[in-house]
Amino acid sequence: MNPFENFRIALRAISANKLRSGLTILGIVIGVAAVVALMAVGQGATSGITASVEGMGTNLITVSSGGRSFQRMAGGSATSLLYSDYEAILATVGNEAAVTPYYAGMASVKNGDRTASATLTGVLPNYTRVNAYSLASGRLLTDQDNLQKSRVVVLGATSAEDLFAGLNPLGREIQINGKNFSVVGVLEAKGSSGLTYQDDMVLIPLQTAYEVVFGAQAKSRGKNTVSGIALSAADADQVDLIMANVEFTLRREHSLTLTEDLPFSVSSQSQMLASLTNISGTLTTLLGAIAGISLLVGGIGIMNITLVSVRERTREIGLRKAVGAPKGVILFQFLTETLTLSILGGVLGVLIGWGIAWGVSSAGLITTSVSSEVVILSLGMATVVGLIFGIYPAYQAASLRPIEALKFE
Amino acid sequence: MIETENISKTYRLGDTKVRALRKVNLRVEDGEMLAIVGPSGSGKSTLLAILGCLDVPTKGVYRIDGQEVMRMNERQLAAIRRKKIGFVFQQFNLLPRTSALENVMLPLYYSGVSHRARQAKAMEALERVGLAERAKSHPNQLSGGEQQRVAIARALVNEPAILLADEPTGNLDTHKGAEIVAIFQKLNREEGQTVIYVTHDPFIARHTRRIVSIQDGRIVRDEPVEHPLAAGTPRSDDILGESLSTTVEEDEEAGS
Repeated sequence: MNPFENFRIALRAISANKLRSGLTILGIVIGVAAVVALMAVGQGATSGITASVEGMGTNLITVSSGGRSFQRMAGGSATSLLYSDYEAILATVGNEAAVTPYYAGMASVKNGDRTASATLTGVLPNYTRVNAYSLASGRLLTDQDNLQKSRVVVLGATSAEDLFAGLNPLGREIQINGKNFSVVGVLEAKGSSGLTYQDDMVLIPLQTAYEVVFGAQAKSRGKNTVSGIALSAADADQVDLIMANVEFTLRREHSLTLTEDLPFSVSSQSQMLASLTNISGTLTTLLGAIAGISLLVGGIGIMNITLVSVRERTREIGLRKAVGAPKGVILFQFLTETLTLSILGGVLGVLIGWGIAWGVSSAGLITTSVSSEVVILSLGMATVVGLIFGIYPAYQAASLRPIEALKFE
Repeated sequence: MIETENISKTYRLGDTKVRALRKVNLRVEDGEMLAIVGPSGSGKSTLLAILGCLDVPTKGVYRIDGQEVMRMNERQLAAIRRKKIGFVFQQFNLLPRTSALENVMLPLYYSGVSHRARQAKAMEALERVGLAERAKSHPNQLSGGEQQRVAIARALVNEPAILLADEPTGNLDTHKGAEIVAIFQKLNREEGQTVIYVTHDPFIARHTRRIVSIQDGRIVRDEPVEHPLAAGTPRSDDILGESLSTTVEEDEEAGS
């Protein structure tokens, strides 16, 4: 009895019982396809989020008002982040990092009837560089614009589309709170970070924002405030040191002791990346769990089919023993049969799962990635499930005396 | 030649012990043709299963051509079933969705015969039972009689020393039953094939040359048949021997 001969018997048994074989394969196919497709979506989403967060600027540190305490909401002493804080931070860490403040506020941004949904942001010229934006056309804001409080504006890709619908915006005028501004530049599209749309941008010089648009709204006790300060460290290793220096400077500026809560948040991009990766990692685990359940359901399907066919198969095994088949040869036949079905179903499942992942990608929903680990894992699980449920009943039947197996009801 | 010495078979049915066979002694020479008869539950099928190595006795000695079956391991038993024994079942037990030819080839898979030789031998066996032209048919396309002939071909394909049949005509009408008996007689007369079959039907039993009667697990009568019936003889009461008709009267209602 050579293995090739046994393989032939197994193939014959599989093709002689097409319905049973098909149903067994179906369970494996569904399980494996679900695992491959769901894991591809999960991992694709994770790497997409990671990539776009990294695209927000390398070594980025963000200081924002708001902070960790709820004092402001609770009506306690309101502490605003001031323009002078920016100057103090620049003086402290200006050699190790590029520092840029911004003031963001609500304003009506229109081009005739067209409205942009973006927030209006007053910035210094280095804002675009710190946040890793690049210019698509025209020019960026300059120190000159800032000093002269020029009425000029740079638009994000989406905002330009919203306001001009494909027309070239350069040199044209838009209305911000009813005042005319001239468009001098348009930024390159950057995509979504998964949380914010980074291309909804309307940038004007910071001094223009203070003096022309927001006025008293941007002042706290007569001083200019900022919404946030962004820092880009020259060296990734110095991010933690810079953050410590920034916190120290803020405490000094606002006369806070080390034990008091800092009413500002100082966070690094790597912290944000870590928390986002954490979230999408949880998502992938969840999807994996769902996929695992479908593999389990597939396994139960295989088990059901095996149990349903066990009566016929027990008699078949009894008959094979009666005509002189040794137990080992029968078990080897069932092993070959089950392995063939499992691998066939597994490969079909991988192909279908891959197809679904490819379909999701090409429909533009999410960029999926099929990893070889998932393929190997799901194929392995399908094979193990198939083996356990296929071999165990066969082993039991083959252990019976032929007469018992033949009489099995 | 097969020989049993005081073989007993006891099995449990729930809490009760069933003594299916009690100290049975039987000796069958090569080339014999005999029937084992008895009422249902008498132990005749159990005896046949033991003779066919499909079951093992609880006690006693069973020898096939001098080899003690009780001392054999799994693999040796499988070899005995493969080489020495051909078994025909009442229920035919053909593999469904598998052609007649492939059903007959089944025992040869385990005998290390090449594919071509398997087909040739299986065709030859089908010719011996007169079914060569139905080789490609599946069991569900064959009549009961034809299915049983395929099963006989399967039992013959390894050229066994002994052909055993458990109620081979039990699921067939009189006419088809006569066909099966005719095949057994031909195999025995022309090829010297040893044939043992179990039947509850005294008329079918009278086609052999020896009748062994079993009751309550014991052999109660073992006698030769002086004038075995030819296959196709019409069934009538007066051709049954007086002694036989009294023994088997009671199991007219027995199905198997």
